[in-house]
Amino acid sequence: MSEKPFRILPKVTPGNEHFWKGGAEGELRFLRCQDCKYYIHPPSPICPECLSKNLAAEAVSGRAQVLTYTINHQPWIPGVPLPYAIAIVEIVEQKGLRLTTNIVDCPIDEIEIGMPVCVRFEQYDDVYLPLFAPEGA
Amino acid sequence: MTEILERRAAITGIGQSEIGRRLERDPLELTLDSCLAAIEDAGLTRADIDGISTYPGNLTAAPGFSGAGVVEVQDALRLNLNWYTGGPELPGQLGSVVNAFLAVACGLATHVLCFRSVFEASAQQRGVVPQGRATSDFRASGFTAWTLPFGAASAANWIAMFAQRHFHEYGTTREQLAQIALNARKNAGLNPKAIYRDPMTLDDYFAARMITTPFCLYDCDVPVDGGTAIIVSRLDAARDLRRKPLRVEAVGTAIHGRPSWDQFDDLTTMALRDAGPMLWTRTDLRPSDVDLVELYDGFSFIAMVWLEALGFCGKGESGPFVEGGKRIALDGEVPLNTNGGQLSAGRLHGYGFLHEACVQLWHEGGERQVPGNPEVAIAAAGGGPLGSCIMLTRT
Repeated sequence: MSEKPFRILPKVTPGNEHFWKGGAEGELRFLRCQDCKYYIHPPSPICPECLSKNLAAEAVSGRAQVLTYTINHQPWIPGVPLPYAIAIVEIVEQKGLRLTTNIVDCPIDEIEIGMPVCVRFEQYDDVYLPLFAPEGA
Repeated sequence: MTEILERRAAITGIGQSEIGRRLERDPLELTLDSCLAAIEDAGLTRADIDGISTYPGNLTAAPGFSGAGVVEVQDALRLNLNWYTGGPELPGQLGSVVNAFLAVACGLATHVLCFRSVFEASAQQRGVVPQGRATSDFRASGFTAWTLPFGAASAANWIAMFAQRHFHEYGTTREQLAQIALNARKNAGLNPKAIYRDPMTLDDYFAARMITTPFCLYDCDVPVDGGTAIIVSRLDAARDLRRKPLRVEAVGTAIHGRPSWDQFDDLTTMALRDAGPMLWTRTDLRPSDVDLVELYDGFSFIAMVWLEALGFCGKGESGPFVEGGKRIALDGEVPLNTNGGQLSAGRLHGYGFLHEACVQLWHEGGERQVPGNPEVAIAAAGGGPLGSCIMLTRT
């Protein structure tokens, strides 16, 4: 197996570990308000919809659509193979529930806005990065 | 109607340091050069300065991003201050100038020294990702925790995704985007202080290497070293100074969506969407009254969003609006970025636009002077979740 490309990893905290470590169980998890059922991302101590503090991490399906993307050609970070696709995807469970990620396992010239994608995880140390690939890829 | 308090403020002087690529000069010295030039330009002495306002303060987060903060400048010039502020959590770089308007309007200060300095050209020779980050034991936190792991390391990537969505929803093209860069270069050719002055064609634009789609090299501004300073005075203390004071007509500082680069509700626009319209709620002037605009072009696309946000064209219509470049040329209906903007004159990070608006309203633009004795200008700075705009008049 080839060595995975270098990535700068996120600092894992009690507030975000459900997100960064959910991949260990194959789950994409978001904080969710247990009162009004609103998903909250990035995590916050209070529901921005109903102001409840009754929050818990819950898994979503991992299905999403590409809202927008860019193919990056610039070597911002030494040791990262170029080019690569950065995207903002919206999780199907809730309008506006989105994250920045990479589109993988897809030729870069086939990436389209609106394309359905599905999560897959790449492990680095204690972190499971949620990356997205075309459905069925 | 509540009083438009910013109208009690005026701009009375401007100054710039030497500006260049990789000057390798002490960034505090560059900052002070600009400050002293502005104080002299206003016909003041340092004893008259009783306020300081700056963006982003003495931050070391990104290489070369800040040449100096309040403390260094105050101490170097031994200023006695009645009011000061400096920091990054403002509606864009010009938010620091808006703060100064309010400070003089409220009587907290009489003459405020506003400044912004950078030394990114020198600092970035040693890498864009700050030293120590590109090692296995560095961990990203704050907003960058959500972007750096995916290689979305630069605002170029974040803004490119807004542009891509704009292309998708409105059919905007790279040919249209190119007009922002070509217009800037054309104007820079008439500005002796601009960094890139050689003529550029559409073919040159398309031949440039891609940075992050749809942005090529010429859609991205050019890092420089240099400082810009602006003197904000209380209007009733400005009348007997060296220059005819430029009056502040209105400002826009709003952000109504989420304060984020990737969570903002509308991915075809940015916080500018809210700052632009707010300005028009504070003045009876209309876009047709404006003689020139200096709009942030850290990336070409941001200037297009500002054109839409300020109502010079409809939402989504900036592509056709700039097509061919005639409307935004020096002799067009909305002259844009008359000194070459950050794309060609250099990334002075927001303050360069306000400086140039003043140059034009004082009719000191030389070869690049907008014809017809312009009297009303808008300077706007910021992109993503940061943005504010200022309307000045010479009447």
